Amino acid sequence: MELTDLTLLELSRKLAAREASSVEAVRGSLARIERLDARVKAFLLVDEVGALAAANASDARRKAGAPLGPLDGVPVALKDLFCTAGLATTAGSRILEGFVPPFDATAVRLLREAGLPILGKTNMDEFAMGSSTENSGFFPSRNPWDLSRSPGGSSGGSAAAVAARMAFGALGTDTGGSIRQPAALTGTVGLKPTYGRVSRYGVVAFASSLDQVGPFARTVSDVAALLRILAGHDPCDSTSSTRPAPDYLASVEQDVKGLRLGMPREYFELEGLDAEVRAAVDGACRAFETLGAKLVPLSLPHTKYALATYYLVAPAEASSNLARYDGVRYGLRVPARGLREMYAQTRDRGFGPEVKRRILLGTYALSAGYYDAYYLKAQKVRTLIRRDFDAAWDKVDVIVSPTSPAPAFRLGEKVDDPLAMYANDVFTLPCNLAGLPGMSLPCGFARSGLPIGLQILGKHFDEATVLRVGRAFERAHDFVRAPPLGEA
Amino acid sequence: MKLSREQVRHVATLAHLALTEEEEVKVQQQLSAILEAMETLRELDTAEVEPTSHAVSDVGGWRDDVAKPSLPPEKALQNAPARVGTSFAVPRILE
Repeated sequence: MELTDLTLLELSRKLAAREASSVEAVRGSLARIERLDARVKAFLLVDEVGALAAANASDARRKAGAPLGPLDGVPVALKDLFCTAGLATTAGSRILEGFVPPFDATAVRLLREAGLPILGKTNMDEFAMGSSTENSGFFPSRNPWDLSRSPGGSSGGSAAAVAARMAFGALGTDTGGSIRQPAALTGTVGLKPTYGRVSRYGVVAFASSLDQVGPFARTVSDVAALLRILAGHDPCDSTSSTRPAPDYLASVEQDVKGLRLGMPREYFELEGLDAEVRAAVDGACRAFETLGAKLVPLSLPHTKYALATYYLVAPAEASSNLARYDGVRYGLRVPARGLREMYAQTRDRGFGPEVKRRILLGTYALSAGYYDAYYLKAQKVRTLIRRDFDAAWDKVDVIVSPTSPAPAFRLGEKVDDPLAMYANDVFTLPCNLAGLPGMSLPCGFARSGLPIGLQILGKHFDEATVLRVGRAFERAHDFVRAPPLGEA
Repeated sequence: MKLSREQVRHVATLAHLALTEEEEVKVQQQLSAILEAMETLRELDTAEVEPTSHAVSDVGGWRDDVAKPSLPPEKALQNAPARVGTSFAVPRILE
């Protein structure tokens, strides 16, 4: 048994009992990264010096009896979309190569203030646009369960780091499924909180009405513990909610007797839903019945329009957000004679194909003569999708479904077919369009050995119930396993 | 909806992207296919539907307009590809 085999809360308790030190935990993680990451390629940057300094400080606080944060000393990793003061931040893009932020994102500041050492920055699809990490401007990450397959994306590096036990937890972001889908594909737990629950300040923006920060870990309780640190209002993000955040750990062990779990017909009857995924999720639903929950079939009639809606709204917002990468204030500049020429050359060289595709699609959807037909239309359909959920909440407390239509796909399998890649997100997109909290947790394995994810969606700001339902399942059916990775 | 090469060029100009000939052809095909898939939204009558720009209603709120210290110029300029004194430098914009 190595320290890295402990879950985040197990390590936290061991630190509290002085049976291990934060420095030992960080050294354990760093050794594992050193041993495995040449194959998994989860990290873009490992901050050995910074992580050890934070661990030393944590151990010193504990020794001195100084006040400690709830997870003080537990090392975690960050998706490279979070600005980190003094630590390079690329958003997975060549256009930001060499960029060193002068400030921390609020989520990062909260982790640092709580005493969590930061191991490094994880790989991702460029500007969080993708479902496989193959759109990274640097290299694709690999799924620890099968190195020829993708860990999902866009937060694939964070998911792979947690699955391979190189980090006890990690932060990701989720705009259309970028936490939940990689969690499903790597057998980890990933939570996208309600829009507005966690500050987006200092997180490189993709689609501002959809982006949300959330945690990855190996268990539901670990994720609850991380969310407790992250949730809350931030004056630097006017869309962050002033609603107080509850103590998610305090309610996570409550049972699910009498809770109503909605099963949306449109999700379970999707053409192309993998039979083994369907069987595993059906099995999870039966398990919930055994635990005393009530299954309620329901309909979310506008589900089939979510993909088109999302791929108009998100690129439109992205085309505006990414206008800032112009070679003037930070990142790449390609020298040219005139200003416009410099902009265009810099952006052409700095952005990868998917980012360009989405900028062009978004620019088109917002351009004169097409705005009403595309962007405004999509915003109206977004209302219909949101109303589907509003109606569902009269009948159910949470909604359960598969997270991803199939287990992890092979690297290279879909990279040249944007529409096939977008179809990965069919179960995760509606949640972002409606601003709801959603979590993925392991609910079984395919015959190939690849993990399968169960998605749980909740009402706005009701992460507590989502976590509690997830934990009840996990308590009854523990699918937390270590991936093989060719070692004992 | 099939995009013409001229439309692709126009949108690229709006987006400040200098596409190569090869990229233009690929983008024309791919965006046309994507836009065709988007046509499905036309099936829905949305004449009476209000648009949603943010899905969660109780977020937001403005903070008081109080001046606070911001980044010192050296830090704000630390990533500048080119600078003159305390300014970002850009190529000449007037001949």
